[in-house]
Amino acid sequence: MIRNLSLVLLLAFATSSFANEIVTDSHIDARLRQLSTELRCLVCQNSTLADSDAPLAQDLRREIRKLMEAGKTDEEIVAYLVERYGDFVTFRPPVNASTALLWFGPFIMLIIGAITLVIVLKKRAAILTSEENAS
Amino acid sequence: MKLKLILPLLLFVVLVGFLGKGLFLNPREVPSPLIGKPAPTFEAPVLGDSSKTFYTEEMKGKVWLLNMWASWCVACREEHPLLVEMRKHDIPLYGLAYKDVETNALAVLESMGDPYITTANDADGTIGIDYGVYGVPETYVIDKKGIIRYKQIGPITPEALRDTILPLLKELAV
Repeated sequence: MIRNLSLVLLLAFATSSFANEIVTDSHIDARLRQLSTELRCLVCQNSTLADSDAPLAQDLRREIRKLMEAGKTDEEIVAYLVERYGDFVTFRPPVNASTALLWFGPFIMLIIGAITLVIVLKKRAAILTSEENAS
Repeated sequence: MKLKLILPLLLFVVLVGFLGKGLFLNPREVPSPLIGKPAPTFEAPVLGDSSKTFYTEEMKGKVWLLNMWASWCVACREEHPLLVEMRKHDIPLYGLAYKDVETNALAVLESMGDPYITTANDADGTIGIDYGVYGVPETYVIDKKGIIRYKQIGPITPEALRDTILPLLKELAV
């Protein structure tokens, strides 16, 4: 009787943990899919880790899955990859000294353009008024 | 007033300069963030004799080169004769068989010569990931403290060997 009971308990335990695993697995699948679209495959460099079939991409996805199963956050996983492959592995470059021009360059250009425009317009206005005065 | 006329031309020349330089850069060359950092430690079975284990810990106090290669990699075959030549000159070269079938890797060493003091076997490529390998061959120069000092991406060329690797080894050996 006790034997039977323990067997039942064991089975119940086994199925419940199995069910849990499936739930977390599909959760990890979704996270993996999401995260791997933000990471670069280093072999075919313009495709994401999600799209690439390169052996390295498969290995990296496997590694990311392992880290996720170990309970690492997305940030920790990205940091893990950046540590090994550099910022190049992310499609969104971080803001730092070497990428400052990349991030702020367009705004600098915009400001230079705006200043130039104002100067040119002012000069033109001055010419127009002086012509009006002359005539 | 003259400057105003020349300025666009100057800007254009600068732009052409940048673009021209860009043409000659290699976009496949991703600088390693590991340079100047401690080489990832690992232990791996020795290729050809899995009863033995290669430990990076045992390399402390030595200057050594770690060459990642594979029998399926064409560029590695190109590089191989130079490695054999380097070994003849007592350059401390260690190999890492990256994602390879052991018998295939051993067959290459058999037919083309074995330039390595020891070759570690990284069958599933996890050591490669730790080193940020994205295409073999890649070669790391590691100093006595276990710091990565240089990474050669792609085959070692005679120029890279003469101009960079040999001077570096000389410097590190002191």
